[in-house]
Amino acid sequence: MARPADRSQRLRWVGFGLLLVAGIVAPFVAYPTFLMKLLCFALFACAFNLLLGFTGLLSFGHAAFFGGAGYVCGYVVKHWGVTPELGVLAGTAVAALLGFAFGALAIRRSGIYFAMITLALAQMVYFLALQLPFTGGEDGLQGVPRGHLFGLIDLSDNLAMYYFVFALFVAGFALILRTIHSPFGQVLKAIRENEPRTLSLGYDVDRYKLLAFVISAGLAGMAGATKTLVFQLASLTDVHWHTSGEVVLMTLLGGLGTAMGPVVGAGIIVTLQNELADKVGSWVSVIMGIIFIVCVLAFRRGIVGEIRALAKRLGIS
Amino acid sequence: MKQRLIALSVAASLGALPAAPALAQARVSDGVVRIGVLTDLSGTYSDLSGQGSVVATKMAVEDFIAADKPAFKIEVLSADHQNKGDIASNKAREWFEKDGVDMVTDLVTTSTALAVMKIAKEKNRIAIVNGAASTRITNEDCNDVSVHYTYDTYALANGTGRAVVKQGGKSWFFITADYAFGHSLEKDTSDVVKAAGGSVLGSVRHPFPGNDFSSFLLNAQSSGAQVIGLANAGNDTINSIKQAAEFGITPKQTLAGLLMFITDIHSLGLKTAQNMYLTEGFYWDLNEQTRAWSKRFFDRHKRMPTMVQAGQYSSTMHYLKAVKATGSDDTAVVMARMKKTPINDFFATKGQIRDDGRMVHDMYLLQVKKPAESKYPWDYYNVRATIPGNEAFQPLSASRCPLIRK
Repeated sequence: MARPADRSQRLRWVGFGLLLVAGIVAPFVAYPTFLMKLLCFALFACAFNLLLGFTGLLSFGHAAFFGGAGYVCGYVVKHWGVTPELGVLAGTAVAALLGFAFGALAIRRSGIYFAMITLALAQMVYFLALQLPFTGGEDGLQGVPRGHLFGLIDLSDNLAMYYFVFALFVAGFALILRTIHSPFGQVLKAIRENEPRTLSLGYDVDRYKLLAFVISAGLAGMAGATKTLVFQLASLTDVHWHTSGEVVLMTLLGGLGTAMGPVVGAGIIVTLQNELADKVGSWVSVIMGIIFIVCVLAFRRGIVGEIRALAKRLGIS
Repeated sequence: MKQRLIALSVAASLGALPAAPALAQARVSDGVVRIGVLTDLSGTYSDLSGQGSVVATKMAVEDFIAADKPAFKIEVLSADHQNKGDIASNKAREWFEKDGVDMVTDLVTTSTALAVMKIAKEKNRIAIVNGAASTRITNEDCNDVSVHYTYDTYALANGTGRAVVKQGGKSWFFITADYAFGHSLEKDTSDVVKAAGGSVLGSVRHPFPGNDFSSFLLNAQSSGAQVIGLANAGNDTINSIKQAAEFGITPKQTLAGLLMFITDIHSLGLKTAQNMYLTEGFYWDLNEQTRAWSKRFFDRHKRMPTMVQAGQYSSTMHYLKAVKATGSDDTAVVMARMKKTPINDFFATKGQIRDDGRMVHDMYLLQVKKPAESKYPWDYYNVRATIPGNEAFQPLSASRCPLIRK
């Protein structure tokens, strides 16, 4: 008979396997462009969750990485004519660098000050995006070609593009899973639970926090760069602080500090935005607000968090 | 018989013959023409386009069906793009790929218009832009499947700038939103003012979006300029006008709005907005024809139409007539027909779509009435001048559109 820990581990892998299969058949069932958008936001929320859910750092400036990488990717693909995978790489690298700069400053403070520093820095990025000539200001960076993957596969085909996005998502998600289950991830959780104690155990807390920040920023950048390729444009929306707020909502709704939570949260928010926009118009924001209030009042662990707690109580895992 | 059919279909595909109704049914893909109204249903621009644009489109479709009895069906879809380029691009893609939409229209805000135009080109469908203002639509980013129908920033800047100087407003000062759109609006207008013999005393740039305009307004006041040009849009314009009235700048100095709509005047009130100059492509109270149509619109929407909404009706009608005349919803065929046929209705006289996609028609220089002059609801403007289309819009010789060979 297997030990309970093994069983839960096995359940988890079965779950991920099923999701992988679902991801592969999804474009034949649902509309691919919508799915791609969903995956981009899911990756963004997962990256954010690494910081908020596992390290306990509330960044309010993640739109800067998401949108900033989008502009970089769009620019190099459109004007330097590089292939899409290099474009995504460039976006990710710039976002990680930006994350390093942001993080180095912000981790010197904690709590609300940390959040405000990230917000202030993100607003600077917004200002740059508005002012620099290459971003097109209000009009956005338009007409980014999807190009050919590795110079071979034509991505203007929606199905090919979908699998490219899906592969990127799986890679990003796997990296996050690996991170949170590694000793490094354990230290991050320790910092979240009790920072002074972690420090007293001899861990250089600042370095851990900074690295977590950089990984999170880089992955958020990867999501943003991918989104630029999908929609063939980078716009101010993605660097606006609304986007920073939206990703907090997605993470909280899905379940803070759970691996699947942000994916579920992003799924719900993006679907709602997509489906309701035509039917209720401006009420979308009100509905979101109500969902958020219900979520933080009634099930504070988020959807996935509640399901996990229920499963634990019933002794399934 | 067979030969005749072939001959007819060849003729129809060339667009040379008005096709027989039976043939039209055969040539319109799946017998349905689908029009997608992609607009701002919830945000800043929902007043000037939004639901009103959807209403205008539906009116056009109903009138067309009643008058022309087409053999094909017409469906109108609508969606909210929330002024976000990515949402617009997502929706347009979905419409083209999944729902078989033939023409997307309205498209308020330039980022959404440019995004949708690119997708329309890729999918070979038609995009008719009524809401967005940028001249990029018919210059750097022009393509052969898009029409810019109602107005653009060049026409507004040019109309207001030149006409105000002609009316005696020789010295100008600009309050400019500090981003690409504001800069280009200021530059376009200054050029026109100088060319018309006026002078520009200076300008200030305010952050976008702005709330407190006091220091910029005081700058403008102390410059002593006769006219203060507002090179900004939306709420920035509204706020600067309100604060100008509070500071007592108006009515001593005159404001010139470079991008304003009748709905803005409606929400500001005549007391605040009086004497202001602006340019629009349509005013409901111009003549019998405009009044008749606008009253019908008012009955359904409870507001008088903006130029965008009127343009929405006119462009939809023009499109549907082209579909009927060619008996086809093929993009190239319909576009050719739309460009060939002049537009004569309540909205435009002898309107013409150029090769760069610009629909050229007369614009109107308007001055906002004083509260005492306004006799009935929505009686807001004195028409100061009619600007002929070929003077109002950027000439083709100055076009930066790659489709235009010089």
